[in-house]
Amino acid sequence: MENIAFGLIVAITLGSALMVVMTQQLLYSAIALLFTLFGVAGLYIFMWADFMAGVQIVIYIGGILVLLIFGIMLTNKISSVNISHTSLQRRVGAVITLGVLGFLIPMITNTSWLQLSSEEPAQTADSIGRLLMMEYLLPFEVASLLLLGALIGAAMLSRNTN
Amino acid sequence: MDNLQTYLYISAILFSLGLYGVITRRNGIAVLMGVELILNSANINFVAFARFGGMNFSGQVFALFVIIMAAAEAAVALAIIINVFNNLDTVNIDDARELKL
Repeated sequence: MENIAFGLIVAITLGSALMVVMTQQLLYSAIALLFTLFGVAGLYIFMWADFMAGVQIVIYIGGILVLLIFGIMLTNKISSVNISHTSLQRRVGAVITLGVLGFLIPMITNTSWLQLSSEEPAQTADSIGRLLMMEYLLPFEVASLLLLGALIGAAMLSRNTN
Repeated sequence: MDNLQTYLYISAILFSLGLYGVITRRNGIAVLMGVELILNSANINFVAFARFGGMNFSGQVFALFVIIMAAAEAAVALAIIINVFNNLDTVNIDDARELKL
């Protein structure tokens, strides 16, 4: 049962990721990206990272994807019914991509990875919160500063100067 | 399902697909989608090493930082793309090659 669910999630993730980069309709790409992000959230749950899965759904699907769809809507004329986008140099891209994949797959297969058997954690959000507030306090504060800078920068860039 | 390699394979394939999108797409927003795929594949690796490699929760915290960065990057990139569209009437990144209008 678990194996079937895992295979299904992997198939959804990779299949819709393929659609993101292949389809000629920009909105289809965005919708396919939604399924990819959901699939990745499912993979997180299989890795006992349920808090990360929640964050993935809230920030990626609720935030970034909506922002992307906003961008698609704002950069196309309403009159143009077909919001299509073309690809170029498919052959060159495929060669480079397969080259990278041909390097990564044997590397993963041949390396003897250290695998520790760990136990399923009782609570994840609690431990992550403790780490953020104690060990990683400085990166946490820097991240909040980065978000503030991005907020002001994006508002400055996109305001109408006229 | 219960070993590290499975997740590394998935993340490698996701990375390659994102790279393919970044290379071949001409629309700026579609390139951004490719970047999101690459960031997601990096996140899968972080969480996988947190689960199997003994990094415990530090790996998940790093993935959290990557998600924060992705949100900031998407906001700024979309502001830039909308600016390019207002000035050039296109989001085709091949046409945006001049620094000054």
